[in-house]
Amino acid sequence: MNDNTGWWARLRRTGIFWPLVALSLVFLFNLIFSPQFFRLEIKDGHLFGSLVDVLNRGSPLMLVAIGMTAVIATAGVDLSVGAVIAISAATVTVLIGSVTGESQTPMWIAILAALGASLLAGAWNGLLVSRARIQPMVATLVLMVAGRGIAQLITNGQIITIYYEPFFFIGGGYLLGLPFPVFIVAGVFAFAWFMTRRTAIGLFIESVGTNASSSFHSGINEKNIKLVIYAFCGLCAGFAGLIISSNLKSADANNAGLQIELDGILAVVIGGTLMSGGRFSLAGSILGALLVQSVSTTIYSLGVPPEVVQVVKAVVVLTVVLLYSDVVKNGLDKLSQRQGVPS
Amino acid sequence: MQTNELLVMQGIHKTFPGVHALAAVDFTLRAGEIHALMGENGAGKSTLIKVLTGVEHHDAGHILLNGSEINAKSPHHAQSLGISTVYQEVNLCTNLSVAENILLGREPRRAGSIDWGAMNARARELLTWLDVDVDVRRSVGEYPVAVQQMVAISRALDIDAKVLILDEPTSSLTTLETEKLFAVLRRLKEQGIGIIFITHFLNQVYAVADRITVLRNGKLVGTYDAKALPRYQLVELMIGRELEELEDLGGLKKHFEPAPGQAPVLEAKNLGQVGTLEPLNIKLYAGEVLGMAGLLGSGRTETANLLFGVDDADSGTLAVGGKVEPNPGPLASIQRGLGYCPEDRKADGVVGALTVRENIVLALQASRGWFNYLDPRKQTEIANKMIQMLQISTPGPEQLMKNLSGGNQQKVILARWLATEPDVLILDEPTRGIDVGTKAEIQKLVLSLANEGKGCIFISSELDEVLRTSHRVMIMRDRKLVAELQGEDMNEQSIMEAIAGTGVSTEDTAAAAPQHAVAAGSAR
Repeated sequence: MNDNTGWWARLRRTGIFWPLVALSLVFLFNLIFSPQFFRLEIKDGHLFGSLVDVLNRGSPLMLVAIGMTAVIATAGVDLSVGAVIAISAATVTVLIGSVTGESQTPMWIAILAALGASLLAGAWNGLLVSRARIQPMVATLVLMVAGRGIAQLITNGQIITIYYEPFFFIGGGYLLGLPFPVFIVAGVFAFAWFMTRRTAIGLFIESVGTNASSSFHSGINEKNIKLVIYAFCGLCAGFAGLIISSNLKSADANNAGLQIELDGILAVVIGGTLMSGGRFSLAGSILGALLVQSVSTTIYSLGVPPEVVQVVKAVVVLTVVLLYSDVVKNGLDKLSQRQGVPS
Repeated sequence: MQTNELLVMQGIHKTFPGVHALAAVDFTLRAGEIHALMGENGAGKSTLIKVLTGVEHHDAGHILLNGSEINAKSPHHAQSLGISTVYQEVNLCTNLSVAENILLGREPRRAGSIDWGAMNARARELLTWLDVDVDVRRSVGEYPVAVQQMVAISRALDIDAKVLILDEPTSSLTTLETEKLFAVLRRLKEQGIGIIFITHFLNQVYAVADRITVLRNGKLVGTYDAKALPRYQLVELMIGRELEELEDLGGLKKHFEPAPGQAPVLEAKNLGQVGTLEPLNIKLYAGEVLGMAGLLGSGRTETANLLFGVDDADSGTLAVGGKVEPNPGPLASIQRGLGYCPEDRKADGVVGALTVRENIVLALQASRGWFNYLDPRKQTEIANKMIQMLQISTPGPEQLMKNLSGGNQQKVILARWLATEPDVLILDEPTRGIDVGTKAEIQKLVLSLANEGKGCIFISSELDEVLRTSHRVMIMRDRKLVAELQGEDMNEQSIMEAIAGTGVSTEDTAAAAPQHAVAAGSAR
């Protein structure tokens, strides 16, 4: 194996190496302590098992992580994604209504309205950040607080339960043996990847996130880039809201997507995108989201009491973050040199 | 030497990675004098002050205060030794009261709690002495900058300062406020305090300074009596000719004169912005290098910013290729054929985390829009072509920009603009902080671009550089275009006179023999 050009060295240099290592560690833990984690069954033509669960349950988080990646890459952050999820969920459920077996408005209109509201909410963040020049954390904090109030206004302060079967497909349906949310994630991911890697938008995001002033002097419309990115992040949260409301068959303005912004930021950071902006990796963020979800699923499947769950999660997060620190990385590099990886 | 030497700095050396910021600099401050420290950006003034106040530590040399060696470990330590600094940006706590600011950290106490009466009285006493009448209980933020400046000075004085350093104290003051400040400085001088005064305004130096020390490129040029040093010569000492012999430009510079009837490629009429630049007219022809000289803060960069649309002009018009566009942003400017290398390379040019390739195609891609994406192969092709053409030393186009040296980063930014194939290139200090060899390369490049028919505006604080490359020179002073020279009239002396704003002839040059001028860099 050649140290500089071998597949190992090449993998180590790619952005997704460390997220992969972290995810492998969680899987390794499961392999030893709860092998049933990897059991897959086919029932009624649907795939079942913990791995499928991770994909299914993790899809809102993966969607949030995709949008959050783009926002963090512009050196921003979006704290309002959880509230936007609540707005999206409230909009769609109110429009479908609580009547058994039928929808008050055609379902596609309800869905489009929910996504439109989310896009608007994101664009509002974008306006505050790019035009009013408010710090991203403060700007999105506004909607983080106000958003749940808006969602409550939409639902009139009540938890709306829906009984319209076709809508349940979004969160609970199966396609080609896989849960339908996985396809939504795949679609949004493909769209985001194409827009950032096959158009100039990705370059502009990374440039703005690294040095906004240099980007401006080079003719990049840094304001519009930010506006579009925050709107897109809102849209991603909107999709997540659809999945969550469909799953729960209801909209709870107070609890839908609660604290998902923190898991989302965590997923992005684990995925190798720096909080200071610049280079980003969508694939890394997806791996990060899967890691966060795997940890939760593992903890529950081991039967850890709920009151300890947060502590266990904290320990895992701490370990991962330590793995990422330059100090530890350099130490590992030295270690692998000393052990004489043949060159 | 004099016996009243308060502060002596001897043979101060300071190196930062890749830069010799201070080389064998000597500096002496007498008790009861105002000593101006002069030099262009990067001359080493602020490094010298930082060494003195313990922000940085010198690599070699001695600092003596009242005859005993000191070595300030931190600004706080320097203060306790009696060295106080008032910085350019007033750094006070604007939401605390005037008295609190003056006595912060040294509040008079009684029975463990702050004695407010004593504190306010002491603050009032200090300010009265400075001839400032304010309510010391109101918060500092309620008062204008001039008062804040005075508060900062009284804080410095309360620390029992022996040495008071004023770093550009007048940049935000009006003429009247400046006068008041100077009156205070003169009184402090009578008290036996040594004052180091840093400013870019020449007339202020002559208004208060007793002696002047000039630094250039981290080296001491000399210390002079203010009365014996004519203004014109001070400018020469500050920006004068480079000691290093630059490579010959090899006949690249050709005589230029616009063809009869040739329309200017760029024409500004009455272009200006209230408060930053008085309306000016510029004509630039294709194939011409138009130099722009002037001291720092004279309006050079402000002009460039207006031309490229970084800032919006509030008067006048700017036509490129005969077409006028009101308030174009950088993007529209690129699209109409302009390119701009900004003065502050690090802040406004370099995108460190991106690769050399991405940095090179950035402006070109911006002008093509979001969706008209340059094929990555095409990007590499352009990058490789530029790397070869400008001899950028990098392992390859995928190297990260931040790993390149300053000179090579500057070449990459030039490449960024060349890739857009501009008609007009505005270069603001393109050779600052760059080694001599690369400097000559960039100067050559500018001339060959002009020979290819591009118009160039070349801004530089180094006079010889402007003279070497430009066909015509505009001179800026006090945010005004004060002269335009070409042909026979364009020489070092005429430009310096224009910069200094004096018609002083050379006859009193001889009177200005430095008291103890040291040949730069030589050991004593």
